[in-house]
Amino acid sequence: MPAVSKGDGMRGLAVFISDIRNCKSKEAEIKRINKELANIRSKFKGDKALDGYSKKKYVCKLLFIFLLGHDIDFGHMEAVNLLSSNKYTEKQIGYLFISVLVNSNSELIRLINNAIKNDLSSRNPTFMCLALHCIANVGSREMAEAFAGEIPRILVAGDTMDSVKQSAALCLLRLYKASPDLVLMGEWTSRVVHLLNDQHMGVVTAAISLITCLSQKNPDEFKTCVSLAVSRLSRIVSSASTDLQDYTYYFVPAPWLSCKLLRLLQCYPPPEDGAVKGRLVECLETILNKAQEPPKSKKVQHSNAKNAILFEAISLIIHYDSEPNLLVRACNQLGQFLQHRETNLRYLALESMCTLASSEFSHEAVKTHIETVINALKTERDVSVRQRAADLLYAMCDRSNAKQIVAEMLSYLETADYSIREEMVLKVAILAEKYAVDYSWYVDTILNLIRIAGDYVSEEVWYRVIQIVINRDDVQGYAAKTVFEALQAPACHENMVKVGGYILGEFGNLIAGDPRSSPLVQFNLLHSKFHLCSVPTRALLLSAYIKFINLFPETKATIQEVLRSDSQIRNSDVELQQRAVEYLKLSSIASTDVLATVLEEMPPFPERESSILAKLKKKKGPGVVPVSELEDGKREGGELNGGGDRGPDSAMSASNASTPSPSADLLGLRSAAPVSAAAPSAGSLLVDVFSESGAGGPAAAVNDDGFLRFVCKNNGVLFENQLLQIGIKSEYRQNLGRMYLFYGNKTSVQFASFSTTVSYPGELQSQLNVQTKPVEPLVEGGAQVQQVLNIECITDFSEAPQLNIKFRYGGALQNITLKLPVTINKFFQPTEMAATDFFQRWKQLSQPQQEAQKIFKANHGMDTEVLKAKLLGLGTALLENVDPNPENYVCAGVVQTKSQQVGVLLRLEPNAQAQPGVQMYRLTLRSSKDTVSKRLCDLLAEQF
Amino acid sequence: MAVTSTQSSRTSGGGLWIPVESWPSIRFILIQNRAGKTRLAKWYMQFDDDEKQKLIEEVHAVVTVRDAKHTNFVEFRNFKIIYRRYAGLYFCICVDVTDNNLAYLEGIHNFVEVLNEYFHNVCELDLVFNFYKVYTVVDEMFLAGEIRETSQTKVLKQLLMLQSLE
Repeated sequence: MPAVSKGDGMRGLAVFISDIRNCKSKEAEIKRINKELANIRSKFKGDKALDGYSKKKYVCKLLFIFLLGHDIDFGHMEAVNLLSSNKYTEKQIGYLFISVLVNSNSELIRLINNAIKNDLSSRNPTFMCLALHCIANVGSREMAEAFAGEIPRILVAGDTMDSVKQSAALCLLRLYKASPDLVLMGEWTSRVVHLLNDQHMGVVTAAISLITCLSQKNPDEFKTCVSLAVSRLSRIVSSASTDLQDYTYYFVPAPWLSCKLLRLLQCYPPPEDGAVKGRLVECLETILNKAQEPPKSKKVQHSNAKNAILFEAISLIIHYDSEPNLLVRACNQLGQFLQHRETNLRYLALESMCTLASSEFSHEAVKTHIETVINALKTERDVSVRQRAADLLYAMCDRSNAKQIVAEMLSYLETADYSIREEMVLKVAILAEKYAVDYSWYVDTILNLIRIAGDYVSEEVWYRVIQIVINRDDVQGYAAKTVFEALQAPACHENMVKVGGYILGEFGNLIAGDPRSSPLVQFNLLHSKFHLCSVPTRALLLSAYIKFINLFPETKATIQEVLRSDSQIRNSDVELQQRAVEYLKLSSIASTDVLATVLEEMPPFPERESSILAKLKKKKGPGVVPVSELEDGKREGGELNGGGDRGPDSAMSASNASTPSPSADLLGLRSAAPVSAAAPSAGSLLVDVFSESGAGGPAAAVNDDGFLRFVCKNNGVLFENQLLQIGIKSEYRQNLGRMYLFYGNKTSVQFASFSTTVSYPGELQSQLNVQTKPVEPLVEGGAQVQQVLNIECITDFSEAPQLNIKFRYGGALQNITLKLPVTINKFFQPTEMAATDFFQRWKQLSQPQQEAQKIFKANHGMDTEVLKAKLLGLGTALLENVDPNPENYVCAGVVQTKSQQVGVLLRLEPNAQAQPGVQMYRLTLRSSKDTVSKRLCDLLAEQF
Repeated sequence: MAVTSTQSSRTSGGGLWIPVESWPSIRFILIQNRAGKTRLAKWYMQFDDDEKQKLIEEVHAVVTVRDAKHTNFVEFRNFKIIYRRYAGLYFCICVDVTDNNLAYLEGIHNFVEVLNEYFHNVCELDLVFNFYKVYTVVDEMFLAGEIRETSQTKVLKQLLMLQSLE
């Protein structure tokens, strides 16, 4: 057997690696690396031509340095040179370097493609594989363009070596996924499908991944693969444990290939051909039977490999959902695993059973395991296993066991891991609503939820209970009584106060007959919580109080007294103050009739999808919740009421006077949340001319290019991470600007010590003046706070002011620094002028330093309307019929600063066919001040 | 919306959003030691360098807190990590949530057995000094984010042949 000694072949490399390992500090390491880089650079630059071995060694060292996390900016050419070496080891290092440090330098790509082409046609299987692996690892469009035609030929040619076929199949898969338009299978389809029959199991293993992907996209063209896959599977499943020699893994014949075959079959419905179907059912039965046989080895590898096939077979059985016998057998098998000593198996059984629960054939069989699953919820050590148990309980819940399951989930909530509480709360809330026969049980359950896990009860949940109580008059009295009792606890959660305030404000009259809950007692109880609550809850309570005045005239004097107190009517919070003033006035001026009309009981909410369900779907992502099953349940449930995204608080203020809600945010950041689960970010609500088409790119990139995205627009989302979203809205006039920043807390936990500071890098201090007031140091969970910045441009500037945000989240200090999108073009005044004027001025600004010019590749399409929108967003006037070439754009404007005004002319010349497939721009700016021309040119070159 | 757990970060704005069908099965393979030093990082989809560093750190944080009583699977962003610990090294493979956990768990073991044969009782230092050969082993067994070859005999025969070439 081969054994490799340390770094054999390249002694210099081994020495270098040892040196690095012996470095005592980061500084020493950097010093050693810099020394090496200098050495390599001088070798590459030296007069003496390097031999292949040295080149290989140095390129390999560069690669090692790169993998340590350092930037490498040379050596690419030497790596490319290695590709044309005849020695395997040199070629291999060259290809490895290219694969790891892909460089889009077009010059190099051509050379690389050339080398690949040579290797592909070399008929040397080792070289062909290296070239194919490089294509598979890089997978760029240029490579697809160059090789997508050639690789299918290699794949199906009769004289291609097996190992090359394996690489070719997966290489093609990579190209197909990256550039499906370039990979045309047409004439090759049938021969590719027949690779399933190949004698070499490795070829089948590789080819089947390609076939599966192609089948998903073109199921009809590839459907002949079904019968081939069934017969291949059948041969493997029925073989003895040693028949397949090399492909037997711990006494299990070809486990990975079996899994891939079973997965391919999941792309199709059950086979229509009776014989094929019979054979497949036989396979599935054999797999289930084998699970019952005594193990051939005690090794975990044996049982894992066997069970990998079993779970894939069960997935296929569930996918078909047509064989009751197999479904029930699968369920029984999984039932055994629920108590297996291997945690992995218990986890997978719970997960798999979750999908079985939604099949009508196996739902009942799954339900028989309820006690085991409840036990798992209580005793499993790994939180992810408990989570699967909770998922399964949720999935197996129906009318017959709802009360038991909800009770178990509630009691589990008391000790549940923090990371899953919010989801558990949503699930309990949904089950309670869906299977409520009597609504007093539903109300009890939700109030229990708030009691046990109040912090995790989101707005949707408490909105929902209120909607249901409002829509069902048979439960209103009970709700009022229960909530009144719940509020008597010495410490109760703020969400309880919200629900209590709302329900008593609407239905307190239903329990007012009892002297123990007379109107004044109710009011005093609510008011005793007032001072402990946050502003939104206090606002809600004030609304409840005015409703009390209407319901119980005898409380009027007491409540007016409260509203009149300084702490209300002069409250520093504008919303509370306004409510206090308006309600006080309303109660003293309006007649009883008017009061009764204004403060009438809330009308029923329109029936819509439960907002909680929407929230859970959003949380879990599409497809994770058995949605169809839930919706069936909803139809069958019938008695669902209410719904909608409208929260009761906003509804309440709407039915009242014209109280502006503090949460009415300008950007609509929050209201967007419940419906659009897949929307990448709230930024898409805004007219965003720079958004990437198709929203395909990684969303994380938003943070980095946040600054540049605002050069030509004023509003949008500047920054977003998991905790915080910052929206921005700004307006400019002359040399002054005002910027509104909206800090949204995306979590349900308060941010403490929240503070922001603006700093001025470089000379900016003397060029720009930004004034602001500090923000409130506490930002509640889900809340948004606003900060206004007043900006004055004193003279032209190139740097951007920086905004530093600090806050504590769950004890950890968060520190974020962003560039504020204040750029010189914001202070543009557009200037309209005729062609003659324009060219006259253009000539006047002809000194070299007055002009700045850049030629650059288009990063976005050259759509005229988009370009115009960007140029207008820039702040200049877009001058029509000025440039003799109608393709070009010219603009004019004056930058207004406190110290001077700077006239600016701009010309943008698109060249749609610079080279085939490459679109270029030439951008020219002329102004009376060189720094302005240069800065604008730099900013704009990033925009098109 | 609480975004503290890995669970809920699935749909939050921080993760990656690429149409599912263009993803390879395996997003990446990582070998890390307990201190978090990376011994192999093989990426099967495009991540920028910052994102890679973030993923490496997150995987380390998620995996090292787990013990032998835990499963070998962790949900991670909108993927899952299948991992196994061998002495001081964690072998992690990041796949789609719908992929077959046990098949990839044994895929890791199969890979480790090959490394063990090839390096003759493999240890962490072998992976450091022969990092460029480890990539060759990976490419023989996994390519384009899919399993390429599973037979240890075939892989080792091929590696031996390559070893004999200059």
